[in-house]
Amino acid sequence: MIEIEGVTKIFGVGAEAFTALDDVSVTIDANEFFTLLGPSGCGKTTLLRVIAGFIDPTRGRVTLDGNNLLNQPPYARPVNTVFQSYALFPHMTVAQNIAFGLEMLGKPGSEVTSTVDEMLALVRMTEMADRKTSQISGGQQQRVALARALAPRPKVLLLDEPLSALDFKLRKDMQLELKRLQSETGITFIFVTHDQDEALTMSNRIAVMNEGRIRQIGGPRDIYDHPAERFVADFIGDTNFLDVELLKVEGEQAHIRLPSGSEVVARAAQGGGRTGGEVTVAIRPEHARMDEAEGALFQGALSNVVYVGTDTHYHIDLDSGGQFIVRQQNQPDQRHERQVGERVGVNFGAGIGQILKD
Amino acid sequence: MTDLSAARNRRDRNTRWLLLTPAMLVLLFAASGPLLIVLVYSFLTPGDYGGVEWQFSLQAWTNVLAERDIFTDEWQLADAHLTVLWRSIKLSFMTAVLAFIFGFPTAYFIATRPPRQRDIYMLLIMIPFWTNLLIRTFAIMELIRNQGTVNTLLIAMGVIDEPIQMLFTEFSLLLGMTYVYLPLMILPIYASMERFDFSLVEAGYDLYATRLQVLRKIIFPLVKPGVVAGSILVFVPCLGAYVTPRVLGGGKQLMLGNLIELQFGQLRNWPLGAALSLTLLVIVMIALLFYVRAVGREGETNV
Ligand SMILES: Nc1ncnc2c1ncn2[C@@H]1O[C@H](COP(=O)(O)OP(=O)(O)OP(=O)(O)O)[C@@H](O)[C@H]1O
Ligand SMILES: [Mg+2]
Repeated sequence: MIEIEGVTKIFGVGAEAFTALDDVSVTIDANEFFTLLGPSGCGKTTLLRVIAGFIDPTRGRVTLDGNNLLNQPPYARPVNTVFQSYALFPHMTVAQNIAFGLEMLGKPGSEVTSTVDEMLALVRMTEMADRKTSQISGGQQQRVALARALAPRPKVLLLDEPLSALDFKLRKDMQLELKRLQSETGITFIFVTHDQDEALTMSNRIAVMNEGRIRQIGGPRDIYDHPAERFVADFIGDTNFLDVELLKVEGEQAHIRLPSGSEVVARAAQGGGRTGGEVTVAIRPEHARMDEAEGALFQGALSNVVYVGTDTHYHIDLDSGGQFIVRQQNQPDQRHERQVGERVGVNFGAGIGQILKD
Repeated sequence: MTDLSAARNRRDRNTRWLLLTPAMLVLLFAASGPLLIVLVYSFLTPGDYGGVEWQFSLQAWTNVLAERDIFTDEWQLADAHLTVLWRSIKLSFMTAVLAFIFGFPTAYFIATRPPRQRDIYMLLIMIPFWTNLLIRTFAIMELIRNQGTVNTLLIAMGVIDEPIQMLFTEFSLLLGMTYVYLPLMILPIYASMERFDFSLVEAGYDLYATRLQVLRKIIFPLVKPGVVAGSILVFVPCLGAYVTPRVLGGGKQLMLGNLIELQFGQLRNWPLGAALSLTLLVIVMIALLFYVRAVGREGETNV
């Protein structure tokens, strides 16, 4: 179990000071597949580097199974990294790269050889074992970096966008492979990505980061269905935002009034939030239904119909201003094609809308 | 069409040769010419007042390693030459080692500074190098002579009673040559270190290598071409060094360069001088051969 408490990292001093991590606290369970998700420059790599020991945080604590990690040098931490830039040793072959960590740990030769073979097979690089790392492709380098970090069987594996250079098919394979590895080995994976699909499919839990801060932590479903704030809702998937009036809050239930005057029950903001006044509610395009204008929660005019194979996206200009997108799955026996300009209504069920904190 | 392009090709090739002519001429006269003359001279008989007489002789070459005893008229090893030869090789080697010991950490230090600071440090390294060699050598002399700065200071502090004889010893040669040629070691090592990807050091630490292991197994192999180049750049001019041993060795600690100068000067034995020069060249060639082999093997890793 990794406990990160109040970790802050400030680069530079004075006017040039830059806060890369701002009071980050999170507890990651043993054998968890934990993902850090966020836009470029939000501090994901910095957090990994703090855990690995390449930079000291300005403030905060990091412990692994109760032991303080921060006073151990990187080579004493049972933590391995798959670097964003691979950082393979160019003067060694693929096999030598994978063997390096084991040799430094002083493992006997026979064990080194067998583990290296195992790792080579795992990342499907057996044929390339004797190539220099400059003689293999980017995707292959990434796989070697993965094998090299896995070989010493660390307690925690830090993966900094390890799949970004792979093509779609290999990426899907490696995602499954990583998942399998993680559950078989019992190693805690801390996985960095800015690909939301990857994060949603692979993780036990996701921490969404922005500007050095963790904005929300939760399981993939939590994060997707119940974003806490606008940034999270916006960053993951597509979302409609409606400005509504909050009438009253009863536990999880928030009674709201839409601009159209209709009243409906939505989900209250995560961890409290306001109990009245103007709030924003987020509704996923596929969670809303397009209906006849008559009797719907709110109405508008269809401004665009985008066919994308599995789905059709309906763009609706709302009577109350703004745009709303509804995504509906296409059926083989669909009879009625909606026309642009047609008046339509939008409905969504109780508890579907999510009130945002900000 | 084929005819045309063939003709154009031929014309191109002719032009290219024509354009190369000046370079070829320079090469011929500036590089091969003098070498050829030296080679020819080494097989001639010395003239009475310097110069050569056009008579074939192997005398000079035999004299490189052997000499005829004046009394018994027997051949024996030329001890004086061997001593100088051995001293040259030994001191050059030791200078290269010392330059490495001081140069490697210096280059590492500079390469790990922020880019703007690096340029300043490199400038500081280069300034002495651009200063006249004689001035630098006399500066060292001033430091270490018996009434020089170091001895005066030590005596004033009461550490020693009598000045330490440092000048005119092998120590003074080592000190002088290391000081003079240090930049030639730092420069190529720094060049390879600047290209060195320091994230590899992190990868090493991450994979349980200690500082020493990172240095030995990751940094050193990757900057080795720079180290080898630096060693050659120091070793070769040291072998032929003339000014430093002359000033700091005071005629007692001759090196090859001084020996050669003696033959062309006072001793008026030009053929022997030529033969000794070629011997020096052969030693340098052997050193270069080592370099090519050492770097050639690492070459594929393209640091
Ligand atoms: N050594 C440093 N000195 C100053 N600023 C730094 C340093 N390292 C990182 N930063 C800054 O900290 C911020 C976070 O960087 P970090 O590398 O953690 O981003 P990231 O989330 O990994 O982004 P990406 O997805 O692009 O890899 C960036 O704005 C970066 O410019
Ligand atoms: Mg990063």
